[in-house]
Amino acid sequence: MVFQRKHILGLEELDAREINLVLDTAASMKEVSERDVKKVPALKGTTVVNLFFEPSTRTRSSFEIAEKRLSADVLNFTLSQSSVIKGETLLDTARNLEAMGAGVIVIRHSMSGAPWLLAKELHSSIINAGDGSHEHPSQALLDLFTIREIKGEIGGLVVVIVGDIRHSRVARSNIWGFLRLGAEVRVVGPATLIPKEIEYMDVKVFYTLEEALKDADVVIMLRIQMERQGSEYFPSLREYSKFYGLSREKLRIAKDDVSVMHPGPINRGVELSSEVADDVNSVILDQVSNGIAVRMAMLYLVASGGRNV
Amino acid sequence: MKLLIKSGRIIDPSRNIDRVENILIEEGKISSYPAETKKLEKDKKINLIDASGKTVSPGFIDMHVHLREPGYEHKETIRTGCEAGAAGGFTSLVCMPNTNPINDNASVTEYILLKARKEGIVNVFPIGAITKGEKGESLAQIGEMFEAGCVGISDDGMPVMNSKVMRHAMEYVRPFNIPVISHAEDKNLSGNGVMNEGFFSNKLGLGGIPNASEEVIVARDITLAELTGVHLHIAHVSTAGSVRLIREAKARGIRVTAEATPHHVMLTDEAVLGYDTNAKVNPPIRTAEDVEFIRDGLKDGTIDAIATDHAPHSEDEKKVEFDLAPFGISGLETALPISLKLVTEGVLTLNQLIEKLTFNPAQIVNIDRGTLMVGAKADLVIFDTEKAFTVDRMKFRSKGKNSPFHGWKLTGHVEYTIVGGEIVYSA
Ligand SMILES: [Zn+2]
Repeated sequence: MVFQRKHILGLEELDAREINLVLDTAASMKEVSERDVKKVPALKGTTVVNLFFEPSTRTRSSFEIAEKRLSADVLNFTLSQSSVIKGETLLDTARNLEAMGAGVIVIRHSMSGAPWLLAKELHSSIINAGDGSHEHPSQALLDLFTIREIKGEIGGLVVVIVGDIRHSRVARSNIWGFLRLGAEVRVVGPATLIPKEIEYMDVKVFYTLEEALKDADVVIMLRIQMERQGSEYFPSLREYSKFYGLSREKLRIAKDDVSVMHPGPINRGVELSSEVADDVNSVILDQVSNGIAVRMAMLYLVASGGRNV
Repeated sequence: MKLLIKSGRIIDPSRNIDRVENILIEEGKISSYPAETKKLEKDKKINLIDASGKTVSPGFIDMHVHLREPGYEHKETIRTGCEAGAAGGFTSLVCMPNTNPINDNASVTEYILLKARKEGIVNVFPIGAITKGEKGESLAQIGEMFEAGCVGISDDGMPVMNSKVMRHAMEYVRPFNIPVISHAEDKNLSGNGVMNEGFFSNKLGLGGIPNASEEVIVARDITLAELTGVHLHIAHVSTAGSVRLIREAKARGIRVTAEATPHHVMLTDEAVLGYDTNAKVNPPIRTAEDVEFIRDGLKDGTIDAIATDHAPHSEDEKKVEFDLAPFGISGLETALPISLKLVTEGVLTLNQLIEKLTFNPAQIVNIDRGTLMVGAKADLVIFDTEKAFTVDRMKFRSKGKNSPFHGWKLTGHVEYTIVGGEIVYSA
């Protein structure tokens, strides 16, 4: 099976076959990561640029480790918001990097659609490392990978995504990913943070966490942006946490073997109580380690077209 | 110079005319409709256009364009905007005041009119701002701008959010008998929205602008028009609810008129997929249901005019992140063929369409155009309703190539545009 795509921009455009190919490739990559010499020459001679317009040490480090394990030449380019305002356009920045020989550009941007602009205008392969409120494909793929590893099969699972659905790229990518692989997807949060017409994405909408958690196999807790509190979206973190925070007591409503996920960084005591974060059901640290294997797979597939996995 | 237009199908809704006739133009005016042309054709001093098989109507009047001059000459100038208008069959352009400086005083109005006289090949009628700097706080020099030639007032692009200021603007302008043109939008409800709020904004992760953002201000302005008795004109109607509100207001006898754009009757918000910034426009392109309502509104007369909201931008400005791209569509050169689809799709008759492009907008801004009666200024367009072509935005005369209709196969082609008896465009 060959991966035909030059870019990985979002889960929405991937079909089940393509998603499974990424996950299978990630499984091989995970083996590499467990060896003594954690390095393969797959991307030797390829320059990969991490172009980050938002500070995100975690995602960037994870990509960087993945790139180095594939023997790529890595260039990190982190631009603070202020230097963007002063300077050149996104396209000019990216064209410069391309001229330096970037074969793959991994982009994180605060505005939805930015990776699409690069894919339209450049020759390099583009990997979306998170764009605005739109998609975060590497996060969703590592979530899928983690759950597939634990549960064996995604089809038929009940997946609940909790919190700020409106502004969350993690939510959108996970919705598409879990739906493609046959899970039931539920979203729950304050009504102000559940966007209009989300039900047309084929998800079930809930406004009380307790109801949404019935029979849940997977719970994905979204991070709450601190600046949303006290705004018109909800009155306070205390109230948010009371209604939508996950406590051990609420977690009992879900299935016994429920897996609790969080894309990090966690606001302890807000989205998750500490006891839940450190619980046996929590797979948060598996997510982090699987992230490297999944990102290796993404890089490898776009750069090499999936030959000789 | 004399001009004889022979054997065209004359459609002139101002006089309820639709028949094949000859038109003689002398000294820039419609001189006569000669039944016999043999002698005239032999006269060397008369230019002849054979319009057999073509439609001849009053020149189109676009009551909502952005000519960008002064201040944004990299987007458009009065010269290029007028050339684009002529190529689209427009003989009169009504230009919005959000230039730099803003047209909020008579000296800017005079500058625009002077430039238009020197460089513009079609007529230009400016709209003055409602408030100083379009800031929504204090009244612009409305009386002096009226004296200088403004045919209406509007803070287009920036709604007057303070209802008290809007009320007083309406009261103040009423004796001048020019319309208040409302860009109906509640900026708070629009928030950081960049497209229609709904399934597609969700999917794209882009901020949504709800229909209510337009409708609450349409409702407010209708209420204020009733209070003040002013002539209120609602610009670029984009939602089903606005159509309902305007229909109801008209039924109650309130002085309200309205316009719709070709893009709002032909596209849905799906056009934004792929982050196409050429489909980023304010008000945003809405849903199929809204399109249906606007079409019904055109049909039953709730919506009086078709106007393009021609909003040219440079390529560089549009080739950026969707959130950063400016709102606007370059509309002058696709208006006729897009609007003709309303005829082929059975929404309007050709006569009704021409009425909404000529006589009705002339009435709304109260200018002596939009008719072919004897003695009228000879502003005409001759077009072929059957001729097919493919839209190539790079061939626009406008500096703004920002069109979501690029590559569309359309029918309807302007052959001649005539202003004051002079041919200003021929295909
Ligand atoms: Zn406007």
